[in-house]
Amino acid sequence: MSTQENKVTFSRRNFLRASALASGGIMIGFNLFTACKPNVKPSVDVENLNFNDFNAFIKISKEGYVTIYSPNPEIGQGVKTSMPMIIAEELDVDWDKVHVVQAPLDTKNYTRQLAGGSGSIRVSWPVLRQTGATAKQMLINAAAVKWGVDAATCSASKGIITNEKGETLGYGEVVNEAATLEVPEDVTLKKPSEFSIIGKSATNVDLEKIVTGEPLFGLDYKEEGMLYASVVRPPSFGQELESYDATEAKKISGVVDVITIGEKARNFIESGKTNWTFKLTKTDKVVVLAKNTWGAIKGAKAIKATWKDNSELEDTKLHDEKLTSLLEANDLDVRREDGNVKKAFKEADKVIERTYHSPFLPHNCMEPMNFFANVTSEKVHLVGPTQTPEFVARVAAEIIGCDLEQVHVEMTRMGGGFGRRLYGDFVYEALEISDKIKKPVKMVSTREDDVISGTYRPAIKYRIAASIKEGKITGYHLKEAAINDNMYGLVPHFFPAGCIPNYKVSTGNYKSNISTGAWRAPYTNFLGYAEQCFFDELAQELEIDPVQLRLNLLENVKDTKDEKIQYSGKRMQDTIRLAAEKGGWGKAKEGVYQGFSAYYSHNTHVAEVAEVELKEGVPVVTKVVAAVDCGIVVNPTGAKNQVVGGVIDGIGHAMYGNLTFNEGKPSSRNFDNYRLIRINETPKVEVHFVENEIAPTGLGEPGLPPAGGAVANAIHKALGKRLYKQPFIEELKSNIQG
Amino acid sequence: MPNYTLKINGKSVSFIADADTPLLWVLRDELDMVGTKFGCGIAQCGACTVHVDGTAMRSCQLQVSTLENEEITTIEGLSAEGNHPLQEAWKEVDVPQCGYCQTGQIMTAASFLKENPNPSKEEIREAMQGNICRCAAYNRIEKAVALAADKMS
Repeated sequence: MSTQENKVTFSRRNFLRASALASGGIMIGFNLFTACKPNVKPSVDVENLNFNDFNAFIKISKEGYVTIYSPNPEIGQGVKTSMPMIIAEELDVDWDKVHVVQAPLDTKNYTRQLAGGSGSIRVSWPVLRQTGATAKQMLINAAAVKWGVDAATCSASKGIITNEKGETLGYGEVVNEAATLEVPEDVTLKKPSEFSIIGKSATNVDLEKIVTGEPLFGLDYKEEGMLYASVVRPPSFGQELESYDATEAKKISGVVDVITIGEKARNFIESGKTNWTFKLTKTDKVVVLAKNTWGAIKGAKAIKATWKDNSELEDTKLHDEKLTSLLEANDLDVRREDGNVKKAFKEADKVIERTYHSPFLPHNCMEPMNFFANVTSEKVHLVGPTQTPEFVARVAAEIIGCDLEQVHVEMTRMGGGFGRRLYGDFVYEALEISDKIKKPVKMVSTREDDVISGTYRPAIKYRIAASIKEGKITGYHLKEAAINDNMYGLVPHFFPAGCIPNYKVSTGNYKSNISTGAWRAPYTNFLGYAEQCFFDELAQELEIDPVQLRLNLLENVKDTKDEKIQYSGKRMQDTIRLAAEKGGWGKAKEGVYQGFSAYYSHNTHVAEVAEVELKEGVPVVTKVVAAVDCGIVVNPTGAKNQVVGGVIDGIGHAMYGNLTFNEGKPSSRNFDNYRLIRINETPKVEVHFVENEIAPTGLGEPGLPPAGGAVANAIHKALGKRLYKQPFIEELKSNIQG
Repeated sequence: MPNYTLKINGKSVSFIADADTPLLWVLRDELDMVGTKFGCGIAQCGACTVHVDGTAMRSCQLQVSTLENEEITTIEGLSAEGNHPLQEAWKEVDVPQCGYCQTGQIMTAASFLKENPNPSKEEIREAMQGNICRCAAYNRIEKAVALAADKMS
């Protein structure tokens, strides 16, 4: 990368403004989300911008200390640490002098104040760098004015500005002057080789508070006079409230009142004004209000509610039949088609076809859903764990019938998200309760509430067929049948699209009344497993090493001109080679069985080698080595943690995750009958990053999709048994006992 | 509702609560000690772990009426300045992702290391298996417990 390329012109300077602080120092506000959106036009008069128009800030004190207000919600994916690191790098200050604060939502104008899709770093990378570099240039300019020299002759590093004579000024000594200067339009970004913060591990900025138990999470938030609310929701999908008796509930000490909600949400849905009705239901719900959480929980248990059916009470058998018949029928929607798959299959020496099955999965965030709401005539105040504060604010304004400007959303740290907190159903419950009782309230879900009223990863089946002629894969057809939602966007163009001449992806869905939604690595969390297991079988059939098969196939996509294909054949090959090398592919000790998997999702390339050993005949995953190409690694520790967690999460859910339904009711309600992976079942995970200077992509999700496949392929080597169905534990039971 | 006096983190604390109220909710709602977390309410996840006379217990299952005369320790009282060897190890290893379950993990580990100051890797994995970490920071939890054991020996 040349210096020339690092020079950027700040054509969108309207997203940035500096001003002096009364206490001394400078506050630089920038509009990250407007800036991230290409070709955005300022929606307000630039000259009259005030700080309410910005959603992220840098504050530099007279003493040279820097506070960075991190805009995106933190769900454990590490952006509260890594996004400020990018600013600090270009601003050129010591990371030790940086203090990070979670910024609240600014509901005006912005487009991406959310946590999801592994997009925070990828999308904000150029803007965060420009912002840091611009602030640095303003400080240099201020020092140059003070010295009476040309700013071009000055430089800055680690918070100190130096001129040609070797004189120095600290950032803190020129902040007041800098605040009065024009925002420069041209700034120079660092070369990756000059990075001193990016690429060096920084620990989680909330670490001290986490290990000492200070309040951080939504459930920890409290206001004077606040009531606690427990919501009684329909026990089955397909039911609504008919009547209820609160006599016993009202006798419980601490219980203040019992009310119903649902009307506002229903009105909003029926208004048909928008399609933001996501995960809202029309049914009434019974709400127990109490002075403490225990009173609310006990009160809710004491409610005697009668529910009536409003649609079919579905079960797992029905879902299985519906999805299977979708795969059998020939009327799926074609999402991508290259060449002539039909012809390839007809002319083949052999066609291999396999079907893969997955159940529904609940999210099971460790912190159950909860939200604080205080609705007054002046303002709607919402505080809690949400991945989508902007969306929540807009819907809240619609439901209540107030101006968007009256809605204030504060994001707390979140006890996990995994996609569940993309949806605002629990926020709107708190909102409607507070609106009805005109008091501050916190809605608290129990684990059981969470499991039975989830937005689950839908049950999905894949049927994959490949044609082989003269030792080559000539055709490939992937069919997806899913409850409610199909794969979206560019997913049909992921690997192996572009690698096989006759290629087809088709999808269909069965509309269920069970609410489904995004779940860590949406749509590819199971697809990665199915395809990577299938490739293992193809390699076996073709009598070729599974790693070599993938390397050979990827050769075909290297020169693609297809813009829908965003993965890189070369980057994928390099990642696969790194995993094979670091994972000692093909060099396993006796009694150790290896499985391989490689998958591209969320703009990141990942390859994994899993090792399985048999302990008393039971396959145990002992080690996983992952190689990852996510471009520049901003925070190595944080990045590694994301991948390790994603791999173990992927294995845990592939092994144990299973939510079935009977008469519309989820079969599990809590951790006594829903199994999550635990420490004694966890392999050691090693992560290696491909080193390059390409702009970074996200890591919250991409480590997960290949994990189940790598393990299934290793188990096949150990037991000679293919696993077509998740959870594996069900499949393995019969094998072990048999 | 009756009045109770419990000894928590070396101090006598009085409050009014129903006899069957779990210690978890007294800590969180009445005493503003929110480091003890709510995860499942049925002693399956370990997020609410506290010490009763030095032994790790699930506070969601401890009714306040049974706790008078017991020495209760929560994460807030584990060390005077957040510097218990386990807390130090947790920071050194940078264990947390979302962080929600970590206080419970630390409390389980603290009681375990008192019983077994020099554990093997397998013993650590066995001792910690009652605590769920949904982010699956398990590799680092294992490493941090071992590191703390080293620090304490």
